[in-house]
Amino acid sequence: MFLSIQGLAKSFGANQVLKDIDVNIEKGKVLSIIGPSGSGKTTLLRCLNSLEEPDKGIFTFNDGLSLDFEKKISKQEILKLRQKSGMVFQSYNLFPHKTAFENVTEGPLIVQKRKKAEVKELAEGLLEKVGLKDKMDLYPHQLSGGQQQRVGIARALAMEPELMLFDEPTSALDPELIGEVLTVIKDLARDNWTMVIVTHELQFAAEVSDEVLFMDGGYIVEQGTPEQVLKSPKEERTKQFLQRILNPA
Amino acid sequence: MYLQSNMIYTITANTEGWELFVNSLLPMIMGAIQYTIPLTLISFVLGLLLALLTAMMRISKSKLLHAPAVVYVSAIRGTPLLVQLFIIFYGLPTIGLTIDPFPSAIIAFTLNVGAYASEIIRASILSVPKGQWEAAITIGMSRTTALRRIILPQATRVSVPPLSNSFISLVKDTSLASLILVAELFRKAQEIAARTYDFLLLYVEAALIYWVICFILSLVQTVIEKRLDRYVDK
Repeated sequence: MFLSIQGLAKSFGANQVLKDIDVNIEKGKVLSIIGPSGSGKTTLLRCLNSLEEPDKGIFTFNDGLSLDFEKKISKQEILKLRQKSGMVFQSYNLFPHKTAFENVTEGPLIVQKRKKAEVKELAEGLLEKVGLKDKMDLYPHQLSGGQQQRVGIARALAMEPELMLFDEPTSALDPELIGEVLTVIKDLARDNWTMVIVTHELQFAAEVSDEVLFMDGGYIVEQGTPEQVLKSPKEERTKQFLQRILNPA
Repeated sequence: MYLQSNMIYTITANTEGWELFVNSLLPMIMGAIQYTIPLTLISFVLGLLLALLTAMMRISKSKLLHAPAVVYVSAIRGTPLLVQLFIIFYGLPTIGLTIDPFPSAIIAFTLNVGAYASEIIRASILSVPKGQWEAAITIGMSRTTALRRIILPQATRVSVPPLSNSFISLVKDTSLASLILVAELFRKAQEIAARTYDFLLLYVEAALIYWVICFILSLVQTVIEKRLDRYVDK
């Protein structure tokens, strides 16, 4: 077990987006979250690194770090929580004034204050891993969406996080560019990265996940292996959702 | 046509006028170099620092920081610059606070740049997408580091055109310092005109010098914008 979360709740004003969620994230495993828009899946992901601060919930990590969001949490604790994870955004959010290489080196150099030579090697290795070593001196606007997202993945990996979070990493991409990003994520799964992925790509979720979690209306409706949830769902709401996605007309 | 040739006639044939023009060029340029330009540069740099601080206070959620910034900007924008200059130079001595002309001008212009530029800086910081803050925070940056490394460089690009406007306005506004006895460009023109009564010639000459300075500054602005645009899709 890498992280265990109990009783997670989050509201935006009067709108309760997450209602009493329990999740376990296993080390070296891939957890995919699916569900209709507005189901709370992105909020759940963003709570995992406190990009949205939960109202309630107890986070317990394998190294003993424990955070209870009903109590006051210090900046140091939030920082510790954030250091554990890297995040890949739907809209990439690359730094437009920095080259692909600088996007990747920014965290290790400025935040972790590692040595320049060491970081250069790390960044070149990561950009090679995502297939972009020849593009490392280009600015984000000179790259396609798929290439930008792969730089985004390399930037997150550069911090050497224990957990990788993906927020609909292919939703903003043209259909023909989705494959190259999914391939990189599959490679990471093969390397046993611990990952949580919010996605609409059911085929991909089926291939890459160890566990799939279906959310609706702020609750986890159903969870299990991809086989269980995607092929033979028990809950009516899951069936309806899958039906709608597989036969949109 | 007649009027034009007549003007050329007065300027070229009237050697006395031409000589006056040439002779007063040096004192005016000296006024610009000794006072106009330093006054502009010092006030602008100090003003920008003040503006950044004010912008951060206005963006801050803390009322204690927010309120003074709002009052300051409102007070400076809501009162004439000339009145502010007079309060500082002629008014403050009444309560025993006498400040020399040049520092008085620096104070007034700095306060002005601080107020106007803070709105420009605030808007340009807010124009950077929220996702940039989030990306910076998820790679472990503190808000201050994110601001310095990620947000401000992007905000700078947005704020260069309006800040250049402020800068050019400031160059011209420094002529108001002539009224609190700073011996800058326009005051030199006034002094020479008071002796020779050639008001038109000398004030037009002063105007031309301001124009040349501002023209050079617009060129500098273009160069800066080009440099900052290198990472932007065109």
